[in-house]
Amino acid sequence: MVAPILEVSDLCVSYGKVEALHHVSLKVRPGEIVTVIGPNGAGKTTLLSAIMGVLPFNRGSVSYQGDAYAHVDIEQMVARGMTLVPEKRELFGEMSVADNLLLGAFMRRRLGFRDEAQTLEKVYTIFPRLKERHQQMAGTLSGGERQMLAVGRALMAQPKLLMLDEPSLGLAPLIVREIFRVIADLRKLGVAILLVEQNARAALQVSDYGYVLETGEIALEGPSDQLEDDPKVVEAYLGLGGKKD
Amino acid sequence: MDLQIALLLAQDGIVNGAIYALLALALVLVFAVTRVIFIPQGEFVAYGALTLASFQIGQTPGTLWLLMVLGVAVAALDAPALWRQGCRAGPKIYGLIGRQIAYPLVIAALVLGAQPKEWPMLLQVLLALAVVVPLGPQLYRVAYQPIAEAPVLILLIVSVALHLALVGLGLLFFGAEGSRTPAFSDASLEVGGLTISGQSLWVVGASLVLIVALYVFFERSLYGKALRATAINRAGARLMGISTTLAGKLSFLLAAAIGALSGILIAPLTTIYYDTGFLVGLKGFVGAIVGGLASYPVAAAGALLVGLLEAFSSFHASAFKEVIVFTLIIPVLVWRSLTTRHVEEEE
Amino acid sequence: MTSRHLLIVFVVLLGLGPLVLPEFYITLLNYIGLYALVALGLVLLTGVGGLTSFGQAAFVGLGAYATAALTTATDLPAWLLPLANPWGGLLAGLLVTAAVALLLGVLTLRLSGHYLPLGTIAWGISLYFLFGNLQFLGGHTGISGIPTLSIAGIELRDGRHYYYLIWAVLLAAVWLTHNLLDSRAGRAIRALKGGVVMAEAMGVDTARTKTIIFLIAALFACLSGWLYAHLQRFVNPTPFGLHIGIEYLFMAVIGGAAYVWGALVGAALITVLKQWLQDLLPQLFGATGNFEVIAFGLLMIVVLHRARDGLWPWLVRWLPEKSALAERHRDAPPLPRRPVPAVGSPLLEVKDAIKQFGGLVANDHMSLHVNAGEILALIGPNGAGKSTFFNLVTGVNPPTAGEVRFMGERVDGHTSRMIARMGMSRTFQHVRLLAGMTVLENVALGAHMRGKHGVPAAMLHLEREEEHCLLAEAARHCQRVGLGEHLQDAAGSLPLGKQRIVEIARALAADPCLLLLDEPAAGLRFMEKQALAELLKQLRAEGMGILLVEHDMEFVMDLADRVVVMEFGKKIAEGLPHAVQSDPAVIEAYLGGVE
Repeated sequence: MVAPILEVSDLCVSYGKVEALHHVSLKVRPGEIVTVIGPNGAGKTTLLSAIMGVLPFNRGSVSYQGDAYAHVDIEQMVARGMTLVPEKRELFGEMSVADNLLLGAFMRRRLGFRDEAQTLEKVYTIFPRLKERHQQMAGTLSGGERQMLAVGRALMAQPKLLMLDEPSLGLAPLIVREIFRVIADLRKLGVAILLVEQNARAALQVSDYGYVLETGEIALEGPSDQLEDDPKVVEAYLGLGGKKD
Repeated sequence: MDLQIALLLAQDGIVNGAIYALLALALVLVFAVTRVIFIPQGEFVAYGALTLASFQIGQTPGTLWLLMVLGVAVAALDAPALWRQGCRAGPKIYGLIGRQIAYPLVIAALVLGAQPKEWPMLLQVLLALAVVVPLGPQLYRVAYQPIAEAPVLILLIVSVALHLALVGLGLLFFGAEGSRTPAFSDASLEVGGLTISGQSLWVVGASLVLIVALYVFFERSLYGKALRATAINRAGARLMGISTTLAGKLSFLLAAAIGALSGILIAPLTTIYYDTGFLVGLKGFVGAIVGGLASYPVAAAGALLVGLLEAFSSFHASAFKEVIVFTLIIPVLVWRSLTTRHVEEEE
Repeated sequence: MTSRHLLIVFVVLLGLGPLVLPEFYITLLNYIGLYALVALGLVLLTGVGGLTSFGQAAFVGLGAYATAALTTATDLPAWLLPLANPWGGLLAGLLVTAAVALLLGVLTLRLSGHYLPLGTIAWGISLYFLFGNLQFLGGHTGISGIPTLSIAGIELRDGRHYYYLIWAVLLAAVWLTHNLLDSRAGRAIRALKGGVVMAEAMGVDTARTKTIIFLIAALFACLSGWLYAHLQRFVNPTPFGLHIGIEYLFMAVIGGAAYVWGALVGAALITVLKQWLQDLLPQLFGATGNFEVIAFGLLMIVVLHRARDGLWPWLVRWLPEKSALAERHRDAPPLPRRPVPAVGSPLLEVKDAIKQFGGLVANDHMSLHVNAGEILALIGPNGAGKSTFFNLVTGVNPPTAGEVRFMGERVDGHTSRMIARMGMSRTFQHVRLLAGMTVLENVALGAHMRGKHGVPAAMLHLEREEEHCLLAEAARHCQRVGLGEHLQDAAGSLPLGKQRIVEIARALAADPCLLLLDEPAAGLRFMEKQALAELLKQLRAEGMGILLVEHDMEFVMDLADRVVVMEFGKKIAEGLPHAVQSDPAVIEAYLGGVE
């Protein structure tokens, strides 16, 4: 079996005295889509932030492309091809769509690559809407277009591991479908994807393997098609545990 | 006051205003990118002018020693983290030693060995910039980087403390005597009975060129865009690999360059003392505050207004010109407090 | 030995000082006292209130110049003659200082935090040049021949006499400040650091509070200037320049800006250090000049990097443990309560509320109502607009259109402080407690609106009766929510779940009829959740209305009488918990669309 590109082992993260993640372990292999689902407040965003180095973790390790880290530095991770599309998108609102995309390739340019024009064409092929709007300020885009821009900007870095935090958040169902179609297509490009979602059904449909995170712990894991039919997933979300109607 | 005098004052005002505008732009830039209110900006004005003046009288400027000491300090601060990264950090360690140890030594060798007094003016200016400008990112590393996430208020107090230390060092390096450097050009221009000195044209021309260069840098270059991106959204910029440290050092580099160059430009027009920079910088500040520490064009316009106000008040009430200039801030604050909706600051 | 004993020893030693110390040390101690008085004002302003000023030296100058000008002028107009003595000078100085401070405060305090310090820099420079250029103030040469002070017929002739006056004034100021911080008004000042939204929700008028502390700091500085003028009998602009103003701030920060005694420590340290460095450095460098500023600047940067709280907390570790607070408030009578609305009567009615941010509609025609004696749960996936709705009801961010009624009155457009006064209390999703204050004090802040004594009474501790009632009320609410053991613990030392409970106690201390809870169960353990549910049921039985925003579905389903579900800023379902739970639209909103 192929060695995992990302392996998180025994990760613990606390905010002050409160432990937000409790001994979390997971794996992502190259070309695989792995999803972490779970209700609000389960610690999904914290997990991605810790992997990316936005937040420090107290215990455990993050191993990426075979190197284990006890302390993660964002810049270093970006340079090694890890990219995070955050929940809040974090676009550069007063800059054009084209400039936002260009900055996605910032680290590659620093590392000496000069191929952003080709990458840009690829991103425009994936999201033709962005090409139409390339001169528009990012702040004036609609919700769906913003999400496309956030994903497009991340792709400009030519990531080996793409992490998506709630890409469907606040989007109308039609656009959610579009975004998930793109996520499924990305697999064909060989990008490994770690997808954090509240929209459990859509996430499980698109992914190979899933983890259910509940109050900071992995409550359940398995191949996505098996999780889809697992009644425990519904319980975790709607709090039906212990009651039979 | 007849037209002749009015034109003369306007000329003075525009020349000074151009310098204030440059400083205002640097202040807005540094604040937008790092949230630091860069009070020591003015010290770069004095250091730039006085370093050049030192070359011209054949002395070694104290700023050279500061460059070397800060180089050692930065190297000492950065080395442990690179050491821990092990072999992967190899090139970075060479870069660090090159920038912080070797570069100051090379500059020192030039200053001490090559008699810059005999050099053409332009090379002297470049050498002065080579000494003073790297102090910007060095000071960022030493004073601000360890507390980059601190509240604006703490960063402001650090700025004030740094300002105080640099003024004291300025006195130590250059003494209490002021200096005036020779003009870049002795030519002058006669326009409708008004004599415009070559140096005034130099100041205004160089300021315009710099402003255009800054505009091009921010609009066209990758690093300029990266700085703007940091100012707009720090979290987003970090995720692109634009680290807070990189953006901070880059903005301090620009601010130091603008400050030192401003000092070099005005040194032939007015006597520069070790503490002159502070008042000059603060006038840039008044301009920057007019722009709410956010808008570049409004800040530049505000700074120009400060220059004109200063020129005209020096004619009417020269003893009170500083009072008048700094009181300008009051109507500006009234206007801002009436137009700004109160927003909660989430620190 | 307790802290009180130490204080007595300190005061006795101070009193004996002039009898044994040589002239040089008396002068030094006089200056330390004068500087500490200014730094004390900055403790209140910067360390406690989170604002700052670099222009305090200018206020000192106003105090000094006012008395100098009035007591030495020869051709005063007749109407000013009654002021032509040191006491008139003091009065004039205080009045002018108050006027300037109020003006600056009004101008800058509404703007974000860094405008006040920037404004004070500009003002500090302007005033310095003004002193130096006004002929009737002696220009740069200054004013000499200022008379000595006479108090109760005793003329203060030399430094030893002034020593007692200066230190008596300083200790009185320390006492007043200490009293102020330990009071209702003081809690309001300390609440400023918790953010404007939190303080206003507790009913604190933040703009007024900021102005008051700026005013007090300015008046302390002015008083110091008045003493200085009569001690020196000569004034010129030099000691009132911006750099001295910066030094005052350094004293406060290095000593410990959040502590009353930090001002004294900082003033002593900087004054002695300055004396020493002014001798040492010029010899070392072979030149004359104020080189000590280099050391001060570097020292300050190191302190801000390594020990932002200054030296005082570090010194305190060597002092005896503070004796536990006497619980004098235990027998205080209960505070009057507001009339409880009849169960079932409408408390909150929101009709077609719309909130737009630019082009984004965050709340779209939201309508709901909460009655007395019921729990309404507002649920929905992340980003559905629940927080926006919360802010719109509480007045933090008023609606773009639509109406909000509370107790039958239109409240959209009211400030959050006004709404809080009407009996609506809230907790925050991201806990907003004052981490360094005790649990009891945090909860007492909630009862702020139920007291009325202001700053003057607090400074003299004339409001002890009311204060005891407020603390007793706070203690009762702590007991009720199960925090009885933690009354004296620092709020920040509790686990996050407990901190949420402190927020609930704080909201209850305001005696509300409607309670708004933003995710109160997040971070609680199973047992704690059950206890919280019990408490909320009890409150409901007492006739309180509760609006609950919560993610924890299990918690909500057991507790709520009715549930409203939001998605994309709109209400998509409303009804009884179990009906909502099986509503296909709700399942889809939570689990995502099925294709």
